[in-house]
Order: sequence, then structure tokens, then C-alpha cells
Amino acid sequence: MPDLSSEIVSQVQVAYEAKTALNISGAGSKSFLGQQKEDSQPLRVTGHHGIIEYDPAELVLVARAGTPLREIESTLSDHNQILGFEPPFAESGATLGGAVASGLAGPRRAYSGAVRDFILGAGFINGKGELITTGGKVMKNVAGFDLFRPMAGAMGTLGVLLKVALRVIPKPDIEQTLILEESDELSALKKMNLWAGKTQAISATAWDGRNIRIRLSGSSASITHGLALIGGEHLTDEVYWQDLNNFKLDFFQQEGRLWRISVAPMSESIGRDLNQLVDWGGAQRWLKSDEPPEAIRAWATRLGGHAECYSQDQSISTYHPLEENSLALHQRFKAALDPAGILNPGRMYPGL
Amino acid sequence: MSRSKSAHDPLINQLQAVLPASCIVSDPVSMKPYECDGLSGYRQMPRVVVLPETVEQIQAVMRVCQQTDTPIVPRGAGTSLSGGAMPHKDGVVLSVARLNSILNIDTQNRTATLQPGVRNLAVSEAVQHLGLYYAPDPSSQIACTIGGNVAENAGGVHCLKYGLTVHNILQVKMVNLSGDIVSFGSTALDAPGYDLLALMMGSEGMLGIVVEVVVRLLPKPDVAKVLMAAFDDIEKAGNAVATVIASGIIPSGFEMMDQAAIQAAEDFVHAGYPSDAAAILLCELDGVEEEVIAQIEKVKTILAETGATDIRLAGDEDETRRFWSGRKNAFPAMGRISPDYYCMDGTIPRKELGNVLTSISKLSEKYGLRVANVFHAGDGNLHPLILYDANQPEEFRKAEEFGGEILDLCVAVGGTITGEHGVGVEKIDRMCVQFDQASLAQFQAVRDAFDPKRLLNPDKAVPTLARCAEFNAMHVHHGQLPHPELERF
Repeated sequence: MPDLSSEIVSQVQVAYEAKTALNISGAGSKSFLGQQKEDSQPLRVTGHHGIIEYDPAELVLVARAGTPLREIESTLSDHNQILGFEPPFAESGATLGGAVASGLAGPRRAYSGAVRDFILGAGFINGKGELITTGGKVMKNVAGFDLFRPMAGAMGTLGVLLKVALRVIPKPDIEQTLILEESDELSALKKMNLWAGKTQAISATAWDGRNIRIRLSGSSASITHGLALIGGEHLTDEVYWQDLNNFKLDFFQQEGRLWRISVAPMSESIGRDLNQLVDWGGAQRWLKSDEPPEAIRAWATRLGGHAECYSQDQSISTYHPLEENSLALHQRFKAALDPAGILNPGRMYPGL
Repeated sequence: MSRSKSAHDPLINQLQAVLPASCIVSDPVSMKPYECDGLSGYRQMPRVVVLPETVEQIQAVMRVCQQTDTPIVPRGAGTSLSGGAMPHKDGVVLSVARLNSILNIDTQNRTATLQPGVRNLAVSEAVQHLGLYYAPDPSSQIACTIGGNVAENAGGVHCLKYGLTVHNILQVKMVNLSGDIVSFGSTALDAPGYDLLALMMGSEGMLGIVVEVVVRLLPKPDVAKVLMAAFDDIEKAGNAVATVIASGIIPSGFEMMDQAAIQAAEDFVHAGYPSDAAAILLCELDGVEEEVIAQIEKVKTILAETGATDIRLAGDEDETRRFWSGRKNAFPAMGRISPDYYCMDGTIPRKELGNVLTSISKLSEKYGLRVANVFHAGDGNLHPLILYDANQPEEFRKAEEFGGEILDLCVAVGGTITGEHGVGVEKIDRMCVQFDQASLAQFQAVRDAFDPKRLLNPDKAVPTLARCAEFNAMHVHHGQLPHPELERF
């Protein structure tokens, strides 16, 4: 379990003094997100790995940022526990640091919470090469700013994560997937949201234009209740959710750029003629489309949401543009953590 | 309103230019109720209190304060237990209490849009007929406001299963020091850019004035059942809590009371607790009926195996209410057995419960002050109540010192100085124990990104390094900080 904290701290310190841009990397499973600066110096964090603390009775796990998710998930599984946010790409070697930095979460997210909801604390290096600790390893903690939460989804632009404390959840006794025919989008959205209001057993929902799929997780009593409520046929193919999470479904192999659209679940349809996969009960809509990016983004903005382009294309930024006063605040916040702008500069937005 | 004062204070003249007279309170008698919040041991009269009725008025007040370098202390209902809303002597107290409308209820997406002065409980009451509720339920929920809940990242009994304020808010609009409106989060599950919404939670009024909040509403569970278990030993009770949660069951509430608290509550409300028990646990399980029934059986077995001497399931609504009434009235019950009490708020890993409770009772002997424990055992959030008499010289100071030692102990076992009450003015020095210099300096830098003049709620929540140097100089024992062996998380 190598602890490379001090080596990484000195690398960042040197870069800070020389004003060298750093490109922080884990296993590289999410290199399709954002723009990487070509002349930046690589800072690899994978060597800094290992589970530091895990007490199943506390439902808390503390691990170094370079720890592969695979290792964490298998350790948790031995004690009948799981990560509540179901991060993608574990099979490609994805690390804990990368999972937190990208903020990506799987099908379970809409029902059990986002990456930031499960972080209890983090140790990270700021852009001056200082070791910062925020949060802790207990369930409730309101001392100090929760700087560990904005680390989720910041793509390493605010700090180099060294260790993260996570709340983990009990593994459901049973998981079962149901499939129901439904070709009308509005009716599919209504059903998914209605059921989610009637049972706590739902842990994933998707609609592909023909069928609704629902995953139930929990004790046998709650599953029985869920089955009676929802009906439909049992699906034996349990890899569906993994394939959705890892972009392996046929949907993702089709022509067109991959867009992730985040809107309120009951938002209107993006359009019947578009090729979409509805996830998270409607709150996350995957789109394969070569429609003009401006049009897709304008549609998402109009509904109070945002659109991210997951296909690498130099002419299209991954992330949704920020409003002017929000961007100014983002820049000041970034400067508070990384005054020289050396941590993954421009990975999310120019100037951040 | 005192004419003489307003005539002499140019700030009040400027506020009068942007606010109706009915929104300004500046005479000492009318300002008196604002001199403290729920932490009544700390008092300070403000320079002026403003009670704006619109967001535009809040924007105007902020601009006046920025131009005149006037400190601003935001205030909801003033229920903070850490002095978060304690006034600044040269500053304005900005109350959001009059912005108390529920702006929208979206039944399809199960969200509500609220003004900051809406009371926590009023949200659940407004959506009750839809079978929905707002989950975070701090014990002050009848009075406390949603704006204050955001500022403090309020918790409560049910956050064990349903999360804190941070887990139940989708969007916040705030007015910054320049008087501009900035929005964080969205009605979707995430928003572009940094998660500054999360940063706002628990920021104790230092980053801006919350003017609008979108909360998540949850469907009310079909049933909620309460088990009460008695133990003849407090360590056994602590162990039972850890064992239930380790078994994979997350109760919707899991509370503990010790002997002193049981006795006081029983004398006060006759909840039906076995008053000879060393500790009792209240365990609430909710969900669909079939599941709750199955969980009750499982929990009963664990409680018996971990040494419960008596296990009772509340048979009907009436008994359920009675079981909870003892817990909910535990604080006022203390008021009957002691002239004053000082409520602490540390969180520790669950496995340390027994150990820490034993140490607290030793400290109680050392200080010669009684202590009662009533707390959220499920998430390790302690609320030791130190009983003292404010009329006895030195007793409050002793109580504070005792409390400080409890917090140091929480940090020493891997916990925190505050689980849900906030740092405020009360625990600002203890921040120097929990965080190292670089982290505290980082907090200040973040604060400066929002408020470079440090006018928003100054001298609270985040200590300056100079303050810590002073505190540490007094706090050092034998040349060492308390628990120097600790890696601060």
C-alpha cells in the first residue's frame, strides 16, 4: 500500500513555483471528458493507492485516490456492502480519485444519491502544493467549508485528491429487473416517477423508446411489494444496467455524438424523432445525435437543465457554458484553491 | 424607532433610503430580541436590524453595506445553538423572516420552491395532503427557517436514512455582497460547473444571503414503527446501535437517552420509559408494511442478543407519539431539573459511543457538573447536556471548559466538533484543534473569493490563524497540542 503523498506534494510544489501546468491522471478511463492541455506535465496518481481504513460496522471506507474501484468494490462485496453511487468504468481500471473528480454516477444515482452525497471528507493538495483536509469520516459534520464536495465533478481543477472517505451502503439482499412495454414517452416518464413515489425499492429506471426497465433492490419483503405494484415481466439479463453504465449497450454504438442531458425528470420530450435513451427516471437523457450543439444546449437550458457532449470533438466543449456571473464566481473560487492555475487548467472551461 | 439614533447614524439614513420605515428596527428596546439566538449565553446588541420584504430590498441592503464596509449578520428564526446569528456590534442584522412564502409546489417532480423565511415544518405541512414531506427535521423545526437550514446544513432525527439538508436541496439562489443574484444547482439532479451548491450548505452565512431554495420532497412512507429498548449498561446500548446498522438495516431514526435524560423526561411527560434503565434506544423503522414488519423482527433479535433488558414495540399511534414525546421533550425536561443547560454537539464513529460516554461521565465528576445525554446514536451525533446554574459565578465558564474537553475528545477518536449545530461563535476556537493551519487558511481564501472584505458574518465559523495562535498558546498542555499523535483525518 504505497503512500506517495509526500512525493506528489513535492511535485505540485515544484510545478507551483515554476508555474507548470499539470495534467492529473488516474487510469485514464474518462479521458474523453474535457480538453487536455497539450503542453502540460503529467501527474500520475495511480501509484498512490490502497484502502487505508474500512470498518464495515461504521459503513465508512477511506482509501487513497489511486485505488482501483475494482479493489474497493470487491472489498466491500466481501462484507455485503456497495458504493451507493454505482460509478462507471470499474472494469477499465477506473480509480477512486477519477470517480470522484469526474463526478460520474450510475443508474442508482437518481434513487440513492450522487458521488458528492457519499463523500464524508477528503485530503487533497491545493495548487500551492499544500495538503488540505476537509470533512472527516463521520456521518454528520458541519465544521469548516465542505470543500470535499465540490471536488466531485471538478475534474481535478481544484485540487489533487489524495484520499477520500466514503459512506458506503448495505448491499441489497435481492436485485431484480422488470421490463414493461411502453412506447409513449410521457406515459413512461409518468409511470417511472409514480412508482418511485410509492416504493423505496426502485434503484434504477430506464426507457428506450419501446420498454421501461426497472431495477428493484432490497429485502425480499420490499421486492415482493415492488413486484406487485409494478407488474411486468422479470428480466434475466442483469448485465443491462452495467452495460448502460459503461456505455456498452447497442444504443451507445450507434452513429452520432453522445450527449448527456440533465433535466428535471418530468421535463418534456427532447423530440420524438431523436435517438435517445432515458435514464434516472427522466432526469438523465442520453442522446445520439449530430444536431447542432447550440440547439441541443438551448433546449436543455430552456428547461432549466444542461447538456454535456461526451464524444471527443475539438470544436465542441464537453461541458455546458456557464452564465456570466457564475463564471466570474467560478474563477474566483478556482483562484482561491489554485492561484497559479496549474491544476488541469482548461480541462472543464477555458480559464478555470 | 428612535429618531435621535437614526439622525446620528448615517448608516440608518442610508438604509432608510432603500427600505420602508417598517423594515428597520433601530431602537434598543425593539432590537433587544435580536441580541442573541438559541445560544443565549452569548449576547451582543446590533447597530440596526433590517427586515426586508422583497429580494430587491435585500439586494439594496447588501449594496449599502458593501459601500459602507458594514458587517452583515444574516438571521432566519434565530434558533442557532452556536451563536451563528449573534449580532456584530457595528453591523446590521439582516432577518429573512418576512420572506416566508412557498412560491411553487411541483407535484410531478416532487419539489417545492421556497423563500428563505419559510419555516421547516411549514413545508411538510403544505404538502401533507399530497402524501409528501420534507425530510430534514431539526428539533427546532417548528420555528427554524429553510434559509437558516441551508446556512447550517441542518440535520435532525431522520437524517440517518434520508440525509442532511445538503442531500435534500436542489437549488439555492443567493444575493452576494455586491447585491447581485447568483444561482447554484438546478431543478435537474446536477448543474454545470463546480458544485457550489454543496459549498453553500453549512457555510454559516459567510458566502451570501439565501433568497430562494428548491427542496426535494419525499413520499411519506406507508408505515413508521417505533421500538424502544432498555439497557442496564450504556456501553451495551452503544454496541447494539452499531450491530443493528452493521446488519444492513438503516432505521429512519435511532436515538439514545441515558439515565439522567430518561429520568428527567419521564418525570416531565410520562413517556412510559423504564426509569431504572441505564440507557434506552428508540429505533424507528419506516417503509412499506411488509418490509417494516420483517425489519422489526430482525432488530428485536439483535437488541435481545446485544443485552436489551426490555424491548417494546409501540402498539398504536398514541404509544408511538408517547415514545417520541419523551425524546422530543428531553431538552425542556432538563430545564426542570437544572436552572441552565449547555448543549454540545460532537459526532464520533459509532464504535466509540460506549467509550466516549464513559469518558464524559468521568469528566462530569472532574468538573462537578451533571451531564445528561440525549442524542442521534445512529449517526454517532452526541448531544451531551451539561447542567449548570448561570447564577453561580464561574459555573458557565466551567461548563464551557467541560464542553471544550468533550469536543477535544470527539476529535481525538476521529470525530468532529460539530455534527449539526454549526461552529458559529461558540466553537470557533475548537476549529484550531480539528483543522491544521493550511486547511484553515484555505477556508479563509475560499471565503475571500465570495466576500473579500469579510463583511458577511465576520468572526464566526472560521478562525483566523492569529486567533488560533492565541488559542493554542492557552490550550497547550506540557508544550503539546491536545492529541498531537492524531492525523487530523
